[in-house]
Amino acid sequence: MKVGVLALQGAVREHLRALEGVGVEACAVKSAARLVGLDGLVLPGGESTTMSLLAEGRLLEALRVLSSGGFPMFGTCAGMILLADEVEGREGPIVGGIDITVARNASGRQVDSFETLLDIEGLGPDVPAVFIRAPYVTRVGPDVRVLARHEGMAVMARQGRILVASFHPELTEDLRVHRAFVDMIRELRREGEPG
Amino acid sequence: MEKGTYRVKSGLAEMLKGGVIMDVTTAEQARIAEDAGAVAVMALERVPADIRAQGGVARMADPSKVREILKTVSIPVMAKARIGHFVEAQVLQALEVDYIDESEVLTPADPEFHINKWAFTVPFVCGARDLGEACRRIAEGAAMIRTKGEPGTGNVVEAVRHMRRVNQQLRAVLDAPEEELMAIGKELGAPYSILLAIRDAGRLPVVNFAAGGIATPADAAMMMQLGCDGIFVGSGIFKSSDPAGRARAIVQATTHYENAELVARVSENLGEAMPGIDIATIPEHEKMQIRGR
Repeated sequence: MKVGVLALQGAVREHLRALEGVGVEACAVKSAARLVGLDGLVLPGGESTTMSLLAEGRLLEALRVLSSGGFPMFGTCAGMILLADEVEGREGPIVGGIDITVARNASGRQVDSFETLLDIEGLGPDVPAVFIRAPYVTRVGPDVRVLARHEGMAVMARQGRILVASFHPELTEDLRVHRAFVDMIRELRREGEPG
Repeated sequence: MEKGTYRVKSGLAEMLKGGVIMDVTTAEQARIAEDAGAVAVMALERVPADIRAQGGVARMADPSKVREILKTVSIPVMAKARIGHFVEAQVLQALEVDYIDESEVLTPADPEFHINKWAFTVPFVCGARDLGEACRRIAEGAAMIRTKGEPGTGNVVEAVRHMRRVNQQLRAVLDAPEEELMAIGKELGAPYSILLAIRDAGRLPVVNFAAGGIATPADAAMMMQLGCDGIFVGSGIFKSSDPAGRARAIVQATTHYENAELVARVSENLGEAMPGIDIATIPEHEKMQIRGR
């Protein structure tokens, strides 16, 4: 299995290391051509405005085609903003794919950034999570399953083959969240097999 | 739930990797930088080229300017404090800037000591000319390192010197047998604990950006190819003839640093770069990079 990490900017190295840690081949993706042959794609944390400016043209178009076509994608922090169908203060989604609304930097400035343990559905009550100038999910669509909350707010969710988290599992040594994404890809591949 | 942990501090720097951080003195410049794709802006009173030309004591920016910039952009806002000036740092933390640069570009406030950065919730970035200096700053609590280069010159040569030196010294630390580590640490002036952290990580334990003299897209791409994690541009953007165009071009060149065709394309018709200075013409005592220890 080969999983890409969108490598325009941000925490690319950490995601590559975590994916390799759960036993899949991982590669950095900077252009639409590099999306060919992948089984899934991680959209990492970084600055969402910068990424949306860099992901113009063919790459952005290719990402939109993939996310609307059921290709497995996992967005963390800025990656979640890219995949949200609605971003507060912005006309239309950047890539889109999951029926949520997000507010950028809603948790405050860097002095309010924090780490904590999350209770994540199917993964356990003690998953370490780092929140850095994190976006908030302010609306969750009816077909979206919330997998974790922090102080009542959705911080991890899934719809179809799109997984999003407002925190950074890649900044910790705990690989459970990346394993869950890879398991999701495997599960979908099995479903796709004939007979 | 814990705020201000080292992982939270260094984590923000990890999110800035592959990006460009731009010096700005006004909210309008901050807006131009954000629209061009900067991952963060650095608020300061005067850009390094003006500090160099005008002389006098260079201090932290006026808090009203910092507030204005904080209100204007949604990307992280950094601000510079003088080396050792822990009260300027306290003020910047109270303003809720996202990162403090304890910077040699400003006139040092303490001739001997740097700020104890562990005492703060806000993270710090510091300049370094070699690995020993980088390790000393990390041991004081810095969560991000950048080369010093020679600020305000538009001349990349010192940034190259510092990046190559840090990388050479890193290789030596990583290759050495365990028993040689203490002696290497003594020679570099690097705390032993940080050298152990380097060997554990297989690299510098925090992000290392290039700064000091970067003026063109090709300068930025070269620093990225030399192995830095991202780029600071000080005077290079707003002292050029087309700040918005140059800012966009440097962002593109930093992302696609291995793509020479793209670097060529974005470098076309950018107009005048900032006027440069030959380092050999700067008297030793006027070099900003020698500030701090």
